[in-house]
Amino acid sequence: MPRVVVDVMLKPEILDPQGQAVANALPRLGVSDVASVRIGRRIEIEFTGEPDLDRAREIADKLLANPVIEDFTVRVEADETVDAHS
Amino acid sequence: MTARVGVVTFPGSLDDGDAARAVRIAGAEPVRLWHGDPELHGVDAVVLPGGFSYGDYLRCGAIARFAPVMETLVDAARGGLPVLGICNGFQILCEAHLLPGALTRNQHLHFRNRDQVLRVESAGTAWTNTFQPGQEILIPVKNGEGCYVADTATLDELEADGRVVARYVGGNPNGSQRDIAAITNAAGNVVGIMPHPEHAVEALTGPSLDGLGFFTSVLKHLVGTPA
Repeated sequence: MPRVVVDVMLKPEILDPQGQAVANALPRLGVSDVASVRIGRRIEIEFTGEPDLDRAREIADKLLANPVIEDFTVRVEADETVDAHS
Repeated sequence: MTARVGVVTFPGSLDDGDAARAVRIAGAEPVRLWHGDPELHGVDAVVLPGGFSYGDYLRCGAIARFAPVMETLVDAARGGLPVLGICNGFQILCEAHLLPGALTRNQHLHFRNRDQVLRVESAGTAWTNTFQPGQEILIPVKNGEGCYVADTATLDELEADGRVVARYVGGNPNGSQRDIAAITNAAGNVVGIMPHPEHAVEALTGPSLDGLGFFTSVLKHLVGTPA
């Protein structure tokens, strides 16, 4: 079943303390070449019929994201996508 | 006639009991309202209490905003019904667009729980008219996502219109912009506050009795408002 993927990210001007905390932890892993980390949210929506991007956009705008502090993108992801376990 | 002040219970509300108690101590009749019931049962004012409505899933207050009671409440608030949102209630008021801005994760990521000094900046609202402008009060603060944010234009507008109701004094517990602890809408009937006045209404359980002023204010406001 194709699904709609909604990515929600804090707007660039909004401080992301979670992302900062993760970035600050990276040196403890021996990682020193990361300039910044920002954390968002990925939501997968499966419609009963065909994926409806307009409806998904409405859902994202009204509920999934808060436009005061967050931006979102909406796209259809094909069902062929299989997780690649390396 | 005794004023009737509604207190809404959502799944996950914690402070509805204390809010109802504060209403009673202030001299009004608390009326318990249920999130799934769109009826406001003729109340004269409404308190949205603190807690973790719907488990704070998605964003604090994001799902509560769509509860049946909120549809009625949003219309009533726009019509002038006094509404006080405390903590999670403040978050719900922002999500419902009754107040501008948003509450985000505390900047230091820690949950903060302490007695907090606030300075009342605006005594012109339905919920703060028994205070003096500039008065310092002590009430508990307890939140994990209490950092108030809005764009600069909105912040400037709030300041210019006297809509910053209270500010943190002696240390900002969550990183809120301009130390904002409480704001109001343009009409002054809707107030959102992050700290908890309902926990400071009795000497036995609170650090002061300063919180009572919010509840006596709305009674004074209602007496002055023709029915």
